[in-house]
Amino acid sequence: MQWQVIIPLAIFVVIIFGIGFWSNKLVRSSDSFLSEYFLGGREMGGFLLAMTMMATYGSASSFISGPGVAYNTGLGWVLLSLAQLPAGYFVLMVLGKKFAIVTRKFKAITLIDFLRERYNSNVVVIVSAISIIIFLFASMVAQWIGGARLIESLTGMNYTTALFIFAAVVLIYVVIGGFRAVALTDALQGSVMVIGTIILLIGTVIAGGGITNIMNDLVDINPNLVSPFGDQQQYTSAYVSSFWILVGIGVIGLPQIAVRAMSYKSASGMHRAILIGTIGIATIMFGMHLIGVFGRAVLPGIEIGDKVMPTLTMDVLPPVLAGIVLAAPMAAIMSTVNALLMMVSSTIVKDIYLHYIKPDASEARIKKTSFAVTTIVGILVVLMSFNPPDLIVWLNLFAFGGLEAVFVWPIVLGLYWKKANKYGAVCAMIVGLSTYILIDRLSPNLFGVHTVTFPVFLSLIVFVTVSIATHKKITEVPKYI
Amino acid sequence: MKDKRYRIANREALIGVALVVVNFALWYGFAYGMGGGDPTEYTYIMGFPAWFFYSCIVTTVLMIVVIAVLLKFVFKEVPLDDDKEDDN
Repeated sequence: MQWQVIIPLAIFVVIIFGIGFWSNKLVRSSDSFLSEYFLGGREMGGFLLAMTMMATYGSASSFISGPGVAYNTGLGWVLLSLAQLPAGYFVLMVLGKKFAIVTRKFKAITLIDFLRERYNSNVVVIVSAISIIIFLFASMVAQWIGGARLIESLTGMNYTTALFIFAAVVLIYVVIGGFRAVALTDALQGSVMVIGTIILLIGTVIAGGGITNIMNDLVDINPNLVSPFGDQQQYTSAYVSSFWILVGIGVIGLPQIAVRAMSYKSASGMHRAILIGTIGIATIMFGMHLIGVFGRAVLPGIEIGDKVMPTLTMDVLPPVLAGIVLAAPMAAIMSTVNALLMMVSSTIVKDIYLHYIKPDASEARIKKTSFAVTTIVGILVVLMSFNPPDLIVWLNLFAFGGLEAVFVWPIVLGLYWKKANKYGAVCAMIVGLSTYILIDRLSPNLFGVHTVTFPVFLSLIVFVTVSIATHKKITEVPKYI
Repeated sequence: MKDKRYRIANREALIGVALVVVNFALWYGFAYGMGGGDPTEYTYIMGFPAWFFYSCIVTTVLMIVVIAVLLKFVFKEVPLDDDKEDDN
C-alpha cells in the first residue's frame, strides 16, 4: 500500500461524490427532467464546456498506453499525437453555432434526436442507436479495465477489488447526478489532468539533466528515436498523417463529443471554450507523449509500455507530487467512462424506450427508468470487464474509428447541406461501418494509411451521390438549414 | 426565412476548416521537410531537433495565438435561442 498515492486519490473521490450529490438535488428539483439529466439543462459556460470536451476526449490511452508507445518509438509518436490538436478547435468551430441553434429549434436532447428530426427516418435512428450502444459499450469496457488496472498497480489491491471500487465510485455519481455531475466532475478531472502533466514534464526534464542531455542520451540509445519515423523507421508520413482523420477532424463524428456541442449556454462561452480547450488538449497530448519519450532516457529498460507513466512518476517525483500526478490518469479514465455511460443510457432511455416503447411515460416513470438503465448498463460493463482483453488501444481505437465512419457525414452534411437526405445518410452510415469492419478484418492500414481513412471518404462519396440521385423523392426540403 | 445567424455560423465553420488546413500544412512541412535526413546530423534548437521544434512546438503555439486573435476579432456573438432572436 502506498499511502501518499492513496490519500490524494481518496480526497479526489470524496469531492467527486460531493458534486454527484449536489447535482442530484438539481436533478430532483428540475421541471424538465430529461433535459436536466441528459444535457445539464443546456447551461454550460466556457470553462466547463472546454473541460468536459477535453476530459471526455483524453482517455486511458493519452495517459497510460500513449506514453508507453512514445517510450518505445520516440518523437515520431509525439508528432502523431499532435494530430489531436484540431479536436480542441475544429469540432466546436464546425458544429459551432449552427448545431447549437438547430438543436435548440428541434428541442433535441440527444444526438439521435437531431438526426431523427433532420432525416425523418426510423432507419437512421435505429442504425445510429445500435452503433452507439455497441461501440460505446466496447470502449467503455476498455476504459473500465484501464481504470481497474491502474488502481491495481497503484495500490496493490487485486484486480477484482480494484474493479469493484472503480465501478462503485463512477456509478454512484453518474447515476444520481446525471450530465451536470459528469460535466462538473470533468472540470475537476480536466484540471487535474493538465496540472499533473505539467508537474510530471518538469520533474522528468530535471531528472534527465535538461533537454539537451536527454536528447543526447536518446541518440546514444537509437538515433531513430529523435526522427519523425519511429524507432524502426516504421511510421511513414502517410500513416502518421492519416491520424489527422482518426483523432483530429473525425472527432466531430464521436457522439459523446458532438452531444457536448449542443449543451452550452451562449456563443461567448463557446468562444472561450475553444481557446481553453485547444490549450488544454495541446498541453496534455504534447506533454504526456513527450514525457514518454524523455522517460526512455531517464529510466531505460521498462518492458511493459503501460507501466512507463506510473513507474516514471514514482521515480522522478517526491511522494506528495506523485500522488497528485497519478490522480491524472485516473481522472482521464473516469471522465471518459462517465460520458460514455451517460451517452449509452440516454440512447436507450430517450431514443429507444421513450420513442418506440412507451412514448406516454410519466415524468416519474422516466426518472425511474433513467436511473435504472444507467445502473444496469454500468453493471453490465463491470461484468464484461472481468475477463479483460489485453489491447486497450486497439479496442478503443476500433470503437473510435467505427463511430466516426458512421456519424461524421450524417452530422456535418445534415447541418450544412440542404440536399442531404435520409437515403444518403443511411447508405453512408452502412457503407462507412461495413467498409471499416471489412478493412480492419481483411487488410488493416490499407495502402499504408490508418483503417479509418477509406471508410470516411467512401461514406462521403456514397452520401453525396445517393442524396443527389434521390433528391426528387424528398418532398420537403428542410427550411432550417 | 433566412436566418441571419446562419451566415455567421457558416463563415465560422469555414474558418475552422481553413485553420485545420494551415495547421496540417505547417505540421507536415516542418516535420518531413526538416526531419527527413540522417538523425545523427540534425540541428537542435533549445535542445530539440529542429524539425520537432518547428513542427510540434512553434506550430502549436502559433495555432493557439491565431485562434485567440480570430476568436476576439472575427467570431461574432449571436443568441442561440429562437425567441431572443425575435426580440431583436
